[in-house]
Amino acid sequence: MSVLVFAEISNGKLKKPAFEAASYGVALASEHGLEVNAVVVGNMDASEAQQLANYGIANIFTINHPQLHTFQDAPYASAIADIAKAKGATVVILPQSYTGRAIAPRLAVKLDAALLSGINGLPKKGANGLHFMRTAYSGKAIQEVATSAGCCVITVKANAFNVTENKVSANVQSYAYEPASKDFKLKVKETIRNSDKISLTEADIVVSAGRGLKGPENWGMIEDLANLLGAATACSKPVADVHWRPHSEHVGQTGIQIAPNVYIAVGISGAIQHLAGVSSSKTIIVINKDPEAPFFKAADYGIVGDAFQVVPALTQAIKNRIGS
Amino acid sequence: MNILICISQVPDTTTKIQFDASGKEINKAGVKFVVNPYDEFALSRALEIQESRQGVKITLLSVGGQDVTPTIVNALAVGGEEAVRIDLNPQDGYEVAYQIAQYAKDKNFDLIMLGKESIDNNGSEVPGMVAEMLDMPFVSFATQLDLNGKTATIRREVDGGTEVLEAELPLVLSAQKGLAEWRIANMRGIMAAKKKPIHIVAPAGSNAKTSIQTYQLPPQKAGCQMIQPDDVNQLVDILAQKGVI
Repeated sequence: MSVLVFAEISNGKLKKPAFEAASYGVALASEHGLEVNAVVVGNMDASEAQQLANYGIANIFTINHPQLHTFQDAPYASAIADIAKAKGATVVILPQSYTGRAIAPRLAVKLDAALLSGINGLPKKGANGLHFMRTAYSGKAIQEVATSAGCCVITVKANAFNVTENKVSANVQSYAYEPASKDFKLKVKETIRNSDKISLTEADIVVSAGRGLKGPENWGMIEDLANLLGAATACSKPVADVHWRPHSEHVGQTGIQIAPNVYIAVGISGAIQHLAGVSSSKTIIVINKDPEAPFFKAADYGIVGDAFQVVPALTQAIKNRIGS
Repeated sequence: MNILICISQVPDTTTKIQFDASGKEINKAGVKFVVNPYDEFALSRALEIQESRQGVKITLLSVGGQDVTPTIVNALAVGGEEAVRIDLNPQDGYEVAYQIAQYAKDKNFDLIMLGKESIDNNGSEVPGMVAEMLDMPFVSFATQLDLNGKTATIRREVDGGTEVLEAELPLVLSAQKGLAEWRIANMRGIMAAKKKPIHIVAPAGSNAKTSIQTYQLPPQKAGCQMIQPDDVNQLVDILAQKGVI
C-alpha cells in the first residue's frame, strides 16, 4: 500500500500544481500510515526533481525518455501505470489540470481503479475504504464519495490544498521505462504558449470584470490593477459571448472554475452560474454600482460605487501603499 | 462515416441545487433538465461535418433511465438520425464509460464525441475512459476539429496554451466551448425528432467503482462587509492583511 504523486512539469519546471499534489500526498500518506513516492515524467534536470523533497517526498522517480518530452495522454498514462503497479500504489494523485484530466481517466482504466476527480480535501476513513470530498454541480455542492476499489486515481483541484513545506533529504532515481509505440497515435504539430500570462486556474489573485464595464475598450484599468497585484484577469460569460474578452477568461459554471485566494469582481452582478465558478475563492471582493446585485450576498467585502472611479482609485491607493 | 455523440442530462445552469431527504441525490422537484452544454458543442460540430460531406450518419447515445428520454428527444431535435438509450441509472463515470464502450466496440464508429465534462459532476472522466476501454486515441478539450479524409486536425487547450494535433480516425474527442457554433432546435427539428427512433439497449452489467455517500452545500459566507467608495484605503488595508500586497 502506498501513495504515488504525479508531479507535473511545464517547460521542464515543477510548478505549483506539482507542489500541491505533493503536499496532499504527504498529508494523506502520513494520516493513513502509507509510504509516498513521486514520479516526474518528461524532460527535466534531476536537480529540479529534487525540489519535491522540500514538500516531504524523499523517493522521487524520474522518467526522462526522449519520446516522452512532449506530453501525450496515452504514453504518459502507461508510464504512470507501470510505476504505480511496481510500487503497489493504492492512491495515485494528479493535479486537476488539463494534463492531469487528460491522463487520469486512462490511468484509472489501466489500473482498474476508481477515478475521483475535483478533490478538494483529505479523505476520511469509511467502513469499507476511503471517503473523498469533491465538488459537484460546478461548485454548487460538495459530494462525499466512497470507493471500494483497491486503488483510486484522484485529481486534486488547484488552490484547494495548501502547499506545505516539509524538507526531507531527496533520493532521486531514474525509473527505467520504455514507451510502447502503439501509444503514440497523436502527432503534435504546434504548441502555442501564453507564456507571459498568469494561468487563471493557478492564480493566487484574480481580477474579473463583467458587462458593467460597458465595452472592451475599458479593460485597461482592470489589466492595470491585475498587473499591479500580479493577478490573472477573468471575465463573466456575457462578456466572453460578445467577444469583449477571450473565452479562455470566462469563469463560471460553463467556463473555468477557480478557487483563488482573492477574487475581485468588478461590474459583475453575480448570476448563479457565475457564482458557481468562483464561490470557492477564499476571499471575494465585489465592486458594483447596484446595491441590489446578488453578488454582494456571496462576497466578503463590497463597495457600492462606480467602477470607473473606484478601480483607478484603488490602483492608485495600492501604488501609494507599495511605494511608501 | 459514422459519428457517435454521447449526451448526458443535467440540471439547467440556473438551477439552485438542493438535496432530497436521503442527502444522496439532488431534489429534482421543479428542476429543468437539459442536454449538457458541452455535449451540444459536440453535436453541433457533428452536424457541421454532416453538412460538409456525403454519407455521414450521426447516432446519439445516453446512459440513463426512462426519465432521460425527453432530453434525448430535445437533442434529436437539434440533429442526429437515431438515438440509443442504455437503460441504466449510472452510479459513476466509470459505469457510464463502460456502457458506452460495450455498446460502441463492434459498431465501427469513426468518431466518438462527448462534452469535456458534464456540468453536474464536472469529472472530465468519461471521454478518456471510453478511449482507453476501446483502445482508441483521445483528444481532450478540443476547440477545433477539421477532417481531411481519415485525418483529423484538432486544436485543443493544454496547460498554459493551446496545441495543434493530427490523428487518424477512429478517434475519441472531448468538446470544449469553441468547437462549433452552438445550435438550437427549430420547429422542423422538433417535429422531426418525434419520429426518430430511440433504441433501448439493456445495460452490459453494472460495475460502478464509487458511490455517493452524502451531499453538502458549500460553506456560506459569513456576510459582506461594506466599504464606502471613497474609502478605498480600507480595502488596501484588507489586501495587505491577506498578504496580497
